[in-house]
Amino acid sequence: MASDSKRRIRSISYAKYGYMFILPFFLVYAFFQLYPLFNTFFLSTQSNGTVDTVSVGLDNFKALLFTNEGNRAWSAVHKQFVQALGNTIILWVGNFIPQIIISLVLAAWFTDSNLKIKGKGFFKVVMYMPNIITAASVAALFVTLFSDTQFGAVNRLLLNWGVIDSPILFVSDRTASRVMVMFIQTWMWFGNTMIMLTSGIMGINPSLFEAANIDGANSTQVFFRITLPLLRPILLYTVVTSMIGGLQMYDIPALYRNGTNDNTNIRTIAVYIYGAFHQTPPNYGYSGAASVILFFITTILGAICFAFNRDKDAKKYKKSRASLKNKLGGI
Amino acid sequence: MSSANPAAGESYTTSKRVKSVLVMIVLVLLTIICLLPIYILIVNATRTTTDITTNGISLIPNLHLIDNIKTLLEWESAGKVNYNALIGYRNSAIIAFSTCFLTVFFSGMTAYGLVVYDFKLKNAAYTFILAVMMVPVQVTSVGFYQFMTKLGLTDTYWPLIIPSIAAPAIVFFMRQYMKSSFPLEIVEAARIDGCGEFRTFITIGIPMMQPAFAVQAIFAFVANWNNYYTPSMILISRSKSQLTLPMMVNTIVSNDKLADYGAQYAAIMLSIIPVCVVYFIFSKFIVEGVALGGVKE
Repeated sequence: MASDSKRRIRSISYAKYGYMFILPFFLVYAFFQLYPLFNTFFLSTQSNGTVDTVSVGLDNFKALLFTNEGNRAWSAVHKQFVQALGNTIILWVGNFIPQIIISLVLAAWFTDSNLKIKGKGFFKVVMYMPNIITAASVAALFVTLFSDTQFGAVNRLLLNWGVIDSPILFVSDRTASRVMVMFIQTWMWFGNTMIMLTSGIMGINPSLFEAANIDGANSTQVFFRITLPLLRPILLYTVVTSMIGGLQMYDIPALYRNGTNDNTNIRTIAVYIYGAFHQTPPNYGYSGAASVILFFITTILGAICFAFNRDKDAKKYKKSRASLKNKLGGI
Repeated sequence: MSSANPAAGESYTTSKRVKSVLVMIVLVLLTIICLLPIYILIVNATRTTTDITTNGISLIPNLHLIDNIKTLLEWESAGKVNYNALIGYRNSAIIAFSTCFLTVFFSGMTAYGLVVYDFKLKNAAYTFILAVMMVPVQVTSVGFYQFMTKLGLTDTYWPLIIPSIAAPAIVFFMRQYMKSSFPLEIVEAARIDGCGEFRTFITIGIPMMQPAFAVQAIFAFVANWNNYYTPSMILISRSKSQLTLPMMVNTIVSNDKLADYGAQYAAIMLSIIPVCVVYFIFSKFIVEGVALGGVKE
C-alpha cells in the first residue's frame, strides 16, 4: 500500500510547484529591481535638468569621464564626478587599512590557544555594537559631538584644557572631516570584519596549529606561517566585499555635515548620484551615467569575488567542466 | 623538562603572562573606544545645554533628561522640527516589521522551491540569483526613483515594503542552510500522508528552517530599521506623519537654528534605544549570525 502510493507520487511531476514557489521572488525582482536597472541604463542616455527627458546619446558619459575644455557645464560635472570618485577611494582606503589590521590582530588573538583571553564573547558583542546602531544616528552623534563651533563638546573640552586656541573644524575642514569619516567607518565596521575573520581562522584545521605548537613555533610564527596563508581566500573575499561596500558608502559621508549642504570633501560617488537625481529639477542623465559606471566597477569586483567563492568548489567545477567537454565531444 | 631547565620554562610562562596582560589592555581600550561615544551620548542627553557648552564632555550623568525631552516636544509643537520619537518608532516599526516578515517568508519560500523541487529552469534561476546578489541598491536607485515617481508611488510606503520580497542574498543564505540540513525524505513522507505542497512548506519547511529564519529575521529587521537611504529617497515631501526615525534624527541635526545641544543629544539617544534593546536581547545570536552568513548591508 505504502510502496504503491510512493510509486504513484514519484510518477507525479512536481516541477510546477517549483515554479510557483520561486515565482513571487522573480516577479517582484523584475518589477522593482531589474526594470529599474534597465531604466537606469536608459536614463544614462537622457538629458538633464528636466523630468521629461530626451535622448542625448553618450553625452553624459563624455561629460563625466573626460576633461571638456570648451564646455563649462560639462567640465564642472566632470570635476564633481572625479572628485567624488577620488573621495570614495580615499575614504575607503583610509577606513579599510586600520580596519583590516585591527580585525586581523584581534582575530589572531581570539583564536590563539596560548592566550587564554577571558570574556571573548563579551568583547565580540561590544565590538560589533557600533555596527548595529543606526548609521544616521551615528552621523548625527558625531556631528554634534565634534561640532565646528567653540560650543561643540570636543572643541570645548580641548579649549578648556588649553590644547588648542581656536576650535578645530572637525565637520567642514577637508582633512579633519575625511579623517573623521574614516574613523567613524572603522569604528562601525571593524567588529564585523573581526568576527568574520575569527570564524575564518576557526575553520582552519586545528591539527596544523597543534603541530606548530609541538614544534615550538611562537604566536608570531604561527600567525605569519599558518594563519595568514591559509586565511588568504577569506581575506581576499573580505577585501573585495569591503570594496563593493565602500563604493556604496552613503549614510556617514552624506550626513556628516553642517546643515543640509553636502560637504564636497567627503562626497562619495553614492552621495553624488543621489544628489544628482534627488534635486529639482533632476539630473537623471548624469546620475544615470554615473550609476552605470558604478555598476561596471562593481560587476568587475563582484566577478573577482565570485571566482574566489568558486575556488572552494574548484574540484566540482572542474569535474562538471570535464563532463561537459565529454558531452560536447560526443556531439 | 621543566626540571632540566627551570629558568627557561619560567621565562616562557612570564612572557606569556606579559603578553596576556598586554592583549587585555588593548582589548579594554578598544572596548572603551566602542562604548565611549554612546556613553557620552547618554550622559549629554541628561545635561543642560549650558553645562555642555561650558564644560564640554563629562562622564557623570545629570538630571535634565526630562527637560531636554520637553524641549524637543516644544520644538515639535512650535513646528520648528519634524521630530516626534513616538511617530518615528511607529513608522519605522511598520516598515521594519513588514519588510522583515516579507523578506524572510518569501526568501524561505524561494529557497525551498530551489532545493525541494526539480525543474528545468532551476539552475538558471539559482545562477541568476547569485549573479544579482552583488548589484548594489545605489546602482538601480536612479531608475527606481524615476519609475516610482512616474507611478505616483513616492510618499507611500509601498516602494519601501514590497521590494523586500526579493532579497537575493537572503535566498542564497537560506538555500545554503537548507542544502546542508534539510532532509528531503520528509517532504516525500508528507506527500504520502496527503499533505499539500504549500502546507508542507508552512508546517514542515518553516519549522525546520527556524534557525536560519531567526538569524535572517533579526538582520532584516535591524537593516530596515536603520535604513536611511531608501526612505529618504521615496518620502520626498518629508511630512512628519510619514518620516522614519533615522530621517527624523537627520532633521534635528541638519537644522542650524536649534541652539540646544542637550535636546539634540536626547533626540539622538531616543533614536538608538530600540536597536540597542534588540541588540541586548539577541547579541549572542547576532554575533553568531555574522560569523555564519557574513551578512553585510
